[in-house]
Amino acid sequence: MNLVFRLAWRNLWRHPRRTWLTTGAMVFSNILLVFMMSLQFGMYSLMIDNSLQIFTGHMQVQAPGYKDDQKMRQIVPDIVPLANEIRDELKSERVAARGWAFALASSEDRSFGIGVYGVEPEFEARVSNIPGLVSSGRYLTENNAAEIVIGTVLARNLRVEIGDELTLLGSGVDGSFAAAVVDIVGIFESGVTDIDRNIAEIPLGIFQDTFFMEGAGHQIVVVVDALDVVPEVQASVRSVLPVSSNLVVPDWDEMMPGLKQAIQADIGSSFFMYFILVVLVSFSVLNTQLMSVLERTREFGIVMALGLRPGKLGRLVLLETAMMGLIGTVLGAAAGAILTSWFTTNGLAFPGMDEMAAQFNLPARMFPQINLLTLLAGPAIVFMFTMLAAIYPAVRLRWQNPVDAMRVA
Amino acid sequence: MSAVRCVNLCKTYRQGDQDIKALDHVSIEIDEGDFVCLSAPSGGGKTTLLNAIGGLDIPDSGEVYVAGGRIDNLSKGELADLRLKQIGFVFQAYNLIPVLTARENVEFVMQVQGVPSAERRDKSNAILKEVGLEGLETRRPGEMSGGQQQRVAVARAIASRPALVLADEPTANLDSKTADELMELFTQLNKHHNTTFVIATHDQRVMTYAGRLIRMLDGRIVDDIDQRAA
Repeated sequence: MNLVFRLAWRNLWRHPRRTWLTTGAMVFSNILLVFMMSLQFGMYSLMIDNSLQIFTGHMQVQAPGYKDDQKMRQIVPDIVPLANEIRDELKSERVAARGWAFALASSEDRSFGIGVYGVEPEFEARVSNIPGLVSSGRYLTENNAAEIVIGTVLARNLRVEIGDELTLLGSGVDGSFAAAVVDIVGIFESGVTDIDRNIAEIPLGIFQDTFFMEGAGHQIVVVVDALDVVPEVQASVRSVLPVSSNLVVPDWDEMMPGLKQAIQADIGSSFFMYFILVVLVSFSVLNTQLMSVLERTREFGIVMALGLRPGKLGRLVLLETAMMGLIGTVLGAAAGAILTSWFTTNGLAFPGMDEMAAQFNLPARMFPQINLLTLLAGPAIVFMFTMLAAIYPAVRLRWQNPVDAMRVA
Repeated sequence: MSAVRCVNLCKTYRQGDQDIKALDHVSIEIDEGDFVCLSAPSGGGKTTLLNAIGGLDIPDSGEVYVAGGRIDNLSKGELADLRLKQIGFVFQAYNLIPVLTARENVEFVMQVQGVPSAERRDKSNAILKEVGLEGLETRRPGEMSGGQQQRVAVARAIASRPALVLADEPTANLDSKTADELMELFTQLNKHHNTTFVIATHDQRVMTYAGRLIRMLDGRIVDDIDQRAA
């Protein structure tokens, strides 16, 4: 080993307890960073999946402008055959066609304006978690049955229960008067008041008949296994669309820009906390290295007298810090990876989380998502700040006069 | 050619409200291969003069020449290079690097000079043998006696074969026997390698080894005796 490396390494262990305490702070912060960032990204993934699995899906086939205007006439023609083609192309059942219309829902006592989704009962459960949230009755089963599922708040507002009839009044795609009478077969509870109050689902066949859709619908929802395959699947879906049609395939980010913004805002605030943690560790390193330099002032004077340039001495201090930082980085990242991997497999749960999660149709445990970014970003930043903290002690040596340094007891 | 030439050196330190003249218009010339002792009581200016010659301290006025080149106007880096290549230092308190072994301490200067590893090892082994430390190469300073540590310091000073060795009270922490051995070693190095030695001391026995004795008092040279003639 190079003599300068040997010197730096041995200098590091002149005070093993001090070195281990500083390294320990780095290891601890690295474990915390790896775990917290992985947990955070796991939560984002869960958050995205759950938000998208209510209605949006990872992407949709729509008429141009539908995303912004949501007008009845912005249709996807022959929507069921097209959805079948997409299923065949993707070799996935997680594709479902839908229609959407505004309607006045009336019970015997009351009327409320709601959004009515026409869905494919067979496939809707594979793209949306609403079917799984039915808390009383059942979900839709047949494509042409005059049935409806509504939210708990709407049921309360309309003073209806399972088995009651609802009358839907609206306007069809051609502007004509649309009306249907449907039986309430299920009531769902999503936990989101707006959804439970304003949304109802009927079979797509009934929807098309009621609103004179002539085989058309408004959106084909596609759900994929992971966010990173969205662009690839998006391209496959586009390849199935008729050349003459001008249908578009917006992804979840285009359809729900607020979701990404919320995540970015959360990343911003949590990274501020991480920054504070890293700065605290840096001060610990600064303290150690400054003490180490100050107590060796005389020794530094000697080596300067022997002909070592102050710049080289500074590099020696930086090398010592780099070695210490590397130990903290490697141990911290390794321990963080082991800890996080355990939770990646076994999940993390808090007392009472099971009940709350069940209520919202969420998994009872949170699973951190470990990847190269969550594993290395934190330790790399700690290492960088560690090196920054060593700059002052290293630069300080440049102003040191050998004679003055040697006079220090 | 002269190894060292000082012209009208002045250096004043401020101590509290008082100005202390450490060097007061000092001019000397030391030839190559000379063995010179600077003798003075404490505060007489010998260490200041030694530091000025070694480029460790810059005089307030006057000129310093080492091996024919003026050094009092060099930068910190240039002075470091000068010390690395041309001057060896031996200090009163040995000043070895505690975490390095005897051999590594000797190798250190050569490493900084860029001497290849194998050559460094051979040279350091040879020099340690020369100063009587064969078999102690892997000991750290804390595992050696004062005399042995001072020998390592000497080995380190001469490892790169400098033309000039400056020693500041090299025997102050040694017993008389070890001090004599060290001075014998200096004498041999002076004779065999024609190395110029300038030793600051107030030890009378050390002065007897010197070919030339320069006495200082209050920052001035008061006596310059050629002891070889005597």
